[in-house]
Amino acid sequence: MDLDIVGLSRLQFALTALYHFLFVPLTLGLSMLIAIMETVYVMTRRVIWRQMTKFWGVLFGINFAIGVATGLVMEFQFGMNWSYYSHYVGDIFGAPLAIEGLMAFFLEATFVGLFFFGWDKLSPVKHLIVTWLTALGTNLSALWILIANGWMQNPVGAVFNPQTMRMEVNDFAAVLTNPVAQAKFVHTVSAGYVCAAIFVLGVSAWYLLKGRHVALAKRSMTVAAAFGLAGSLSVVVLGDESGYLSGEHQKMKLAAIEAMWETEPAPAAFTAIGFPDQEARETHYAIHIPWAMGLIGTRSLDTELQGINDLVKHAEVLIRDGIKAYDALEKIRAAGSTTTISPELKEQFEANGKSLGYALLLKRYVDDPRQASDAQIAKAAWDTVPQVAPLFWTFRIMVALGMFFIVLTAVFFYLASRHQLENRRWLLWVAVWSIPLPWVAIECGWFVAEFGRQPWIIEGVLPTAVAASNLGVTTLLITILGFVALYTVLLIIEMKLMLKAIQKGPELEPEQRDPQPLSYASIATAQPTYSGK
Amino acid sequence: MILHTLLNYDTLRVIWWVLLGVLLIGFAVMDGFDLGTGMLLPFLGKNDLERRVIINAVGPTWEGNQVWLVLGGGAIFAAWPQLYAVSFSGFYLAMFVILIGLILRPVAFKYRSKNESPAWRSRWDWALFAGSFIPALICGVAMGNVLQGVPFRLTPELYIHYDGSFFGLLNPFAILAGLISVTMLLMHGAAWLCIKTEGAIAARARTVGSISAVVTAVLFVLAGIVLWKFVDGYSITSVLNTTGPSNPLFKTAAHAPGAWMQNYQQHPWTMAAPILGVLGCLLAAVLIRARKDGLAMITSGLGIAGIILTVGASMFPMILPSSVDPRFSLTVWDSSSSHMTLFIMLVCTLIFMPLILAYTSWVYSVLWGKVNAKDINDGNGHAY
Repeated sequence: MDLDIVGLSRLQFALTALYHFLFVPLTLGLSMLIAIMETVYVMTRRVIWRQMTKFWGVLFGINFAIGVATGLVMEFQFGMNWSYYSHYVGDIFGAPLAIEGLMAFFLEATFVGLFFFGWDKLSPVKHLIVTWLTALGTNLSALWILIANGWMQNPVGAVFNPQTMRMEVNDFAAVLTNPVAQAKFVHTVSAGYVCAAIFVLGVSAWYLLKGRHVALAKRSMTVAAAFGLAGSLSVVVLGDESGYLSGEHQKMKLAAIEAMWETEPAPAAFTAIGFPDQEARETHYAIHIPWAMGLIGTRSLDTELQGINDLVKHAEVLIRDGIKAYDALEKIRAAGSTTTISPELKEQFEANGKSLGYALLLKRYVDDPRQASDAQIAKAAWDTVPQVAPLFWTFRIMVALGMFFIVLTAVFFYLASRHQLENRRWLLWVAVWSIPLPWVAIECGWFVAEFGRQPWIIEGVLPTAVAASNLGVTTLLITILGFVALYTVLLIIEMKLMLKAIQKGPELEPEQRDPQPLSYASIATAQPTYSGK
Repeated sequence: MILHTLLNYDTLRVIWWVLLGVLLIGFAVMDGFDLGTGMLLPFLGKNDLERRVIINAVGPTWEGNQVWLVLGGGAIFAAWPQLYAVSFSGFYLAMFVILIGLILRPVAFKYRSKNESPAWRSRWDWALFAGSFIPALICGVAMGNVLQGVPFRLTPELYIHYDGSFFGLLNPFAILAGLISVTMLLMHGAAWLCIKTEGAIAARARTVGSISAVVTAVLFVLAGIVLWKFVDGYSITSVLNTTGPSNPLFKTAAHAPGAWMQNYQQHPWTMAAPILGVLGCLLAAVLIRARKDGLAMITSGLGIAGIILTVGASMFPMILPSSVDPRFSLTVWDSSSSHMTLFIMLVCTLIFMPLILAYTSWVYSVLWGKVNAKDINDGNGHAY
């Protein structure tokens, strides 16, 4: 990646998104876990469940604050760093962001304050409703942002308007029901659930190892293991769905993830491990699993999956079509008409309009794509191949971790159901040391989805290279360093506060503070705190 | 889908221009008192306990209020994509500074009281001050620049070039606008603290609130005179096509001395906006003194609304004039989203805005009542 304006803008977006995505998954999952715990409290009225809700709520709050702060940057950055993108697709892309604000952020942010401040002001049932509305808002915001992101991967329901020089909506329902967005939403939200589940599992395991807050830790582990198992199964199933859909919509991404240079006879083999070599266009020392790739990518045994080399050939055809569309577009503009376009020109544009984006790939090499040489066209066609090796590896790390999470949560689910959580100390240590792993998997997942989309900012519609704002290199360096410095300081402070809160443990509830052993009622309420299960 | 043709394209554009104003006012009125409170924090709170009272006075609600800004960003993106693209990339470093401030704010709220150390708390108090003062000042400065025109160009492909610099934004009129923004939010924040606190803090808030309300009114009138006498407006010089495609290059426009006063001459009822601005602030000053805190809050909000409406009423139909070449200027008629998107977004707004207002009111009613030192000491439902 060159460190020019586009390269630096990409770097800044990637860094701020990756930071933001450290906090979001935990918020997504913890909001649900807290709501589940509080539901148990309201149903059973056992004080320990309220104590659990409040304790995990404190950790949720520490995390939530930075999630909000870093999220603001994401919303503003499209306009700041990607102004041509914002102009080009704002008509479609802006809508889900605005609806996210209307439908999700207001809900989440209005009720999260009441979650913390409302314990003494609301009845238990009302407070529970507030908690669920916070969790609902959090999860809905993921839905809308992934509808927006899904559209970048699979731009449905929109056409290019030559008069306004941008994409415009023609079928909003298609944008909403975009299958890529649906799969991504469930995949990402489930990943957040797994992240929070393993966080709760790990922290609770640490309490058990230290023999502290045993009752709280055991109950938390039981909830987290069940929730995490469901989540990690869903992640893998919907990850598979994403793979299937990228076979349909983003063939190049799938081929790059698999380092599949040549089209193979169906059903294609899956390369479990190997060393992709971009220059030589082959994968060294590859170990193949027969049939697996064909099954994931096409769900059939007789549909062919195209390899990178064939896809590049196809891209070259599309670039040549795109040049024709570009030519028609220039003529439309030269005609100078501001309100009407002559039918012949319109027809000429529409014949190849879908490939216009491919002509824009040439903008890196020539100002006017119509002047491009064959060599430049061939080069632009090769630009459609993302860097294979990093995609290949991050994908495999993500998948391996996903499988590990299923095993881990399944084991703890089994132990919890057998009331044997404390007996295997080494397993508890595994849980503690697994805490960072969901974040590794999640950041890898972000990388596969977004780096794998390159060189497109909108798949097949707008190349990343033409989408950036016309900013200075110094300006960009200032903001990159500024964001990284501030985020890093905040991240360190956040982790310290988290550790401090975990070290301190849960606050005692009023009923637990003053157990009056002689009163029957207090024994009834205090009892679960001291008994094991 | 043909449902969107129920409303004409030009009607929808005007509706979304109004909604742009509603969002800005929503942000300034709702998040405004948090920002004002944040700016007042180090000065009105003389010890840790007092500062915690002040912070907890906005503690449960600032988060929801800030969404007005997030929604503003999203709605401008969706309804006025070209405006979003030009202003956010043109004011790049200014936006960056605002973001730094806004990043510090949530964190400062949450983390300040998590540690007993006075140095730690004092640092976060100042972070909260900076995170409130900087966005307040720069939003006003940006408004001041928009009124004078912004140095941007568009290529035939509508690619944006911005010729200005960060320090170019800091011209005298813009700084005056920035000061108005700061003092009006100080007034609003102080009015809120009069409602939510008692004793010494409320007494200090009363003094600051009434003074800043008067100062806001004076500065606002001064800015109006400067705008009238010294700032050239812009006007469209080609035949208006209010339902044409959103391409700013399809029209011509020019610098026009006095253009910002034209709407008031042609439609005298628009004078209601600046009058509301002045009267709202002055009434707020009187009512804060008279201890009519609820009414003071309302009139201070109306004053803010009047000030923001004045900007809109002066400029219509211009939204973002280009000082380099006025024909690039973005106007209501040529920088909106498509007909269909404007309609869909309007439907969404009509569904969700009443819901938002309803549950926000419910939350405020639950949290009704003063925040006092005793509750903070007892830890009664005050998280910060």
